[in-house]
Amino acid sequence: MKEFALIFRTSTDNDFQPTPAQMQEVLASWTNWMGGIAAKDRLVSSGSRMGISGSKTVSPGNVITDGPYTEIKEFINGVMYIRAEDIDEAVELAKGCPMLQGRGKVEIRPLVTSDNFS
Amino acid sequence: MIQELYRKEYGRMVTVLCSRFGIAYIDEAEDIVSDTFLSAAETWGLNGVPSNPVAWLYAVARNNALNYLKHGKVFHQRVKKDLVHGSERSVEMDIDLSDQNITDSQLRMLFAICHPSIPAEAQVSLALRVLCGFTIDEIAQALLTSKSNINKRLFRAKDKLRTEGVEIAFPHEGEISTRLDTVLMCLYLLFNEGYFSASPDKVLRKDFCLESMRLTWLLAGHPPTALPRVYALLALMCFQASRLDARVSDSGDLVLYEDQDISRWDQELIDRGSRFFVQASGRGEVSKYHMEAAIAWWHAHPAGEQEKWENILRLYNQLLILEYSPMAALNRAYAFFRVYGKEKAIAEAEGLQQLSGNLFYHSLLGELYTGVDDNKARQHFTKALNLAGSPAERAVLEKKFPSQ
Repeated sequence: MKEFALIFRTSTDNDFQPTPAQMQEVLASWTNWMGGIAAKDRLVSSGSRMGISGSKTVSPGNVITDGPYTEIKEFINGVMYIRAEDIDEAVELAKGCPMLQGRGKVEIRPLVTSDNFS
Repeated sequence: MIQELYRKEYGRMVTVLCSRFGIAYIDEAEDIVSDTFLSAAETWGLNGVPSNPVAWLYAVARNNALNYLKHGKVFHQRVKKDLVHGSERSVEMDIDLSDQNITDSQLRMLFAICHPSIPAEAQVSLALRVLCGFTIDEIAQALLTSKSNINKRLFRAKDKLRTEGVEIAFPHEGEISTRLDTVLMCLYLLFNEGYFSASPDKVLRKDFCLESMRLTWLLAGHPPTALPRVYALLALMCFQASRLDARVSDSGDLVLYEDQDISRWDQELIDRGSRFFVQASGRGEVSKYHMEAAIAWWHAHPAGEQEKWENILRLYNQLLILEYSPMAALNRAYAFFRVYGKEKAIAEAEGLQQLSGNLFYHSLLGELYTGVDDNKARQHFTKALNLAGSPAERAVLEKKFPSQ
């Protein structure tokens, strides 16, 4: 069994103002998805969601800018850890991520361990 | 009469004696107490039951113990050398059978039995025998196994307690939290053995539940162990136990949750559970017992179907994210069915491939496929039947088969 990080990437500029009912739905779809992975005994850690507002980036030369580090308009807003037989299974597990219903993407990265430096 | 006293006092007396002598002499302590009950049976049969039978038993057990200390040669030498609370006056030692010492001894013994070196299964049997005074027969019957199996299990566990030199003592302050987790797991299993046992003996099953609640209650009454997760476990037990009467029909059959007569739920236990749950909350600790107690809360309170099952599903998700367990995974799939319907739940349940050797995995899929694809339903029920261990389990499954 290998471990993978699922990195949630999304972009800003949304005019999406969800209603409380929609928020409830989003919340349920996330816990259902994560609960489903946990039910398969594939969850290593639920990791953390990361805020956007109030974040800063320090660059070389102690240059401090507001907001998360972004290349385009995309930023990371969370990470979690799972285990899977291989990358294909990890991809299957990631496919249910509610992030994919919107503009987000999920990046799947094998964790570097002492016997896997790839 | 003697039977009731045995159930109630055997464990207390063994525990007190054993705490005094040390875990190595657990068999001796059990012998002394058994002898005491034997002489009670003989004496009371001839002379009638004394006005205070408990005091009689304690007095005789105390004398037997002191005699054993003075005259049991081998025992004497061993005990004199390394008495747990060894001191000069050890030969003249007293046997303290006060309520306070009984409680303290039971708690210390609980920690000794739930030592990490003892397998969980053996911990449960030991607790049932030594702390709760159930007979080998009763334990074998409730755990659906043979007497010789239970005897072997107890023998090995006692041997381990001796060789590991486990002390009958409260763990040190820094250890309490981790040691407590093993204790709570044992009490949780003990409760479940009673609650989910397929044994036809209704009274015995209830006694298992009540005994595990009594021991958990002792932990809650002891300040160093009165932690939120202890109250959460107590709340869970109360919510579940409230349905003990409603879930068994007069003829002894299991009544499924959906078919239960709500007026037979024990409202007093539910209220007590709610109070424990309040005591478990708001101190920043959220254990799996909190999640399970919250799930049990929803089961114990009438509510709209949608609201109830959405909350139960959410809680099972959170429970699994906190800690995986096969039963939680299966129960989550069932809750998924109640919220999103059979087709979606089938996809969730079939994702649980790691459980394909589990009886409940197949009985759940059998249930989900019933009405969707009866052929598949029958296949899963057949697999479940092959995995079922007891006639009682098979009887429940056979009723579920969709008709051809």
